[in-house]
Amino acid sequence: MKTYVKFGIVMVGIIGTLVWLAASGINESKTYYRTVSELKTDSSQVGKRVRVTGDVVPGSIRREGTLVHFRIVEKEHNLFLNVTYTGKDPLPDTFRDNAQAMADGQLTAQGTFHASSIAAKCPSKYEADPNKHPADVPLNSAKPAAI
Amino acid sequence: METLGALAILVAFCLAIYSVVASVVGALTKRPYLTVSGQRAVYGIFALLTVASAILVYALMTSDFRFAYVAARSNKAMPAVYKFAAWWGGQEGSLLLWSWLLSFYSAVVLATNRRKFRDMMPWVTAILMFTQGFFLTLNTFIEPPFQMLAVGRGITAVQDGQGLNPLLQYWTMAIHPPTLYLGYVGFVVPFAFAMASLITKQRGDAWIATTRRWSLITWGFQSMGILLGAGWAYAVLGWGGYWGWDPVENASLLPWLTATAFLHSVMMQEKKGMMKVWNMVLVSSTFFLCIFGTFLTRSGIVSSVHAFAQSSLGGWFLGFLGIIITLTVMLIVRRLDYLRSETHLESVLSRESSFLFNNLILLASTFAVLWGTMFPVLTEYVMNEKITVGAPFFNKVNIPIGLFLLLLTGVGPLIAWRRSSWESLRRAFYWPTIMFAAAVAASIAMGSRHFYASMSFGLCAFVTTTIMMEFYKGSRAIAGKSGMNLVRASIELTHRNTRRYGGYMVHMGIVIMFIGFSGAAFNKDTTREVVVGDRFAMGGYEFHVDKITDGDNPNYTWQRAEVGIYKDGRFLQELKPERRVYLVSEQPTSEVSIRRRLNEDVYLNFAGMSQTEENKAIIQAYIFPLVSWIWIGFAVLMFGTAVCLVPSKARLSYPRTEVVGIHAEEKSLAK
Repeated sequence: MKTYVKFGIVMVGIIGTLVWLAASGINESKTYYRTVSELKTDSSQVGKRVRVTGDVVPGSIRREGTLVHFRIVEKEHNLFLNVTYTGKDPLPDTFRDNAQAMADGQLTAQGTFHASSIAAKCPSKYEADPNKHPADVPLNSAKPAAI
Repeated sequence: METLGALAILVAFCLAIYSVVASVVGALTKRPYLTVSGQRAVYGIFALLTVASAILVYALMTSDFRFAYVAARSNKAMPAVYKFAAWWGGQEGSLLLWSWLLSFYSAVVLATNRRKFRDMMPWVTAILMFTQGFFLTLNTFIEPPFQMLAVGRGITAVQDGQGLNPLLQYWTMAIHPPTLYLGYVGFVVPFAFAMASLITKQRGDAWIATTRRWSLITWGFQSMGILLGAGWAYAVLGWGGYWGWDPVENASLLPWLTATAFLHSVMMQEKKGMMKVWNMVLVSSTFFLCIFGTFLTRSGIVSSVHAFAQSSLGGWFLGFLGIIITLTVMLIVRRLDYLRSETHLESVLSRESSFLFNNLILLASTFAVLWGTMFPVLTEYVMNEKITVGAPFFNKVNIPIGLFLLLLTGVGPLIAWRRSSWESLRRAFYWPTIMFAAAVAASIAMGSRHFYASMSFGLCAFVTTTIMMEFYKGSRAIAGKSGMNLVRASIELTHRNTRRYGGYMVHMGIVIMFIGFSGAAFNKDTTREVVVGDRFAMGGYEFHVDKITDGDNPNYTWQRAEVGIYKDGRFLQELKPERRVYLVSEQPTSEVSIRRRLNEDVYLNFAGMSQTEENKAIIQAYIFPLVSWIWIGFAVLMFGTAVCLVPSKARLSYPRTEVVGIHAEEKSLAK
């Protein structure tokens, strides 16, 4: 039986370490899902790591050096949120006007959302919705100048 | 033609139900004609689904836009290979592929095993066909691939389709889904064998050998599918990553982890008769995780870049999972007696315990990945608030796990079965430990200030040394006896015990891949707005943005940056990252340009022209050290897997010694 006790101790040690790592990993990277309206009404959200989803307002995407500014809209309440993308990875190809964008980042006291990463789902990604056309205007910088 | 396709699926569905009923009733009442007819039905299903798939593929290849599926996934200008790949480019088609692959596997299983395990086969058939029936339900009623667009009465025919998602128009993406499915689908076979062995209370371990072989094949496909996906992400998505802990990636990793655990722990059952319940649990969870992964991909329950659109499939998958999990648990509990262990663990310092640790760690990793993936769903359910965890969580848990596994890879093979003494361990690990220390010191001397990366290089050296020692010891013995040179002797050695030495090769592949993973600690990147004709520098390279060109073809228009790469003033290569806009879908994509070298990759992405200033191109430059070793290690891993599947010479010669007379006769006849 001694073997099993020894074995148990080693196992508890390993699992304990992993649980500790997992707990600290969760604390470091947990992100709350918030809607645009929640960010607009609740000032306690400032500085928290949150994830917000909205549709990219057509024509609002503006590049300034390595920063990208755009606005997203929560269609239900017609609420707008200014977003500045500060991350360094290139924006996904699906990110363009009317795309559904998911921004991870923090709300600043000025009311602008600083996004460190952005995922975007093009409305026509897999399932074409017959009522919606893919965005009419592609991401400005993406369209070759010749056309 | 479309009616024929739909009919084929419907008939296949009925046959699957018949096959389940006939096999079960036939096995219970011992009526061979029923079980045989159940097996014949399997071949019928394979034939019918082949017809249905062929019709869909034909429609795709000929751009027959009367089909809703074709109109939504294909267009005329697409190259033929992607028209074919559109078969699995959407929900309906990929579910048909699932079903077709399953019917193919089932037919192969029956053709090769029906004589070997007469009492088990009806149950194997029943389990395979139950799963087949579930997927055919989806094909027939929920996501039928043969829906036609109504034309006439004011509705005009579709002139051109919407095209396959441009991101998927890349060669690894064309083969990634089918290989991954081959893995996903394949794990049903070991599961079916395991359950059938429980139902019929198999004596002996013959079925384990079959199950292990199937697990290994599907494991190989699963590895290949995962790696192709990683290669695609690296070369297409533009941010240079190969793994992002996205829910769908995690879904493919989960069954791979449990299958890896099973491939190791099944050795304990074969050699020592231990861990029988555990193996049952592993085989079953692998299969459940495959179904769960498919569910995760298709239900849209967690947000993911891959996830297919929201669909009503979720409930069906959960229902199916619920049924099979309940039945499996009931069966295992009822057969606990039969699964009793034959021996006990004797020492913490033993091969057995290294296997146990390997399993514990792999399971911990599975659990952590599953937990992290489902975290938003769990927190929403428990705390009524959706919280997600990101890559830092997964990395924090899985990097130490990976390194510990790497350590076990080196320790396991050198440690004795039953018990080891400290003295023998000291002897066995003398050189590996020296190499470990040397590699850590070398990596620090070369400027690594990254703890995990240095540990990883050290462990890679450790494991490589143990593997080399194993090969050297074995080959030297053979060389000494037979007078072969060491190279020939090592081939002979591998051939004598392919499982063992093939397994070492797989380990070597993993080691090489870890070298590649560790390189990520030293990635460099920069984003620049550069006037055309100007230059910038990063990581010892100089980038000359020479000119911007553009053009078009029927499928897309493109704009290309031509960037010269220089090092120490010497011209190396011109890279041409490109932006495309696909005409039909109006989807812009970036085609990165990569200079792949063994020491590091130079990776350029052309993000477009600046909007605020004229004549400025936005270039994102990355340097990814050692990334190529991931793909090389993967090739080694696949080679090792193939070697494992070659029958060992030793086993071949066993029946030979028994039936010398006949064999001699055959030989003379052959001459």
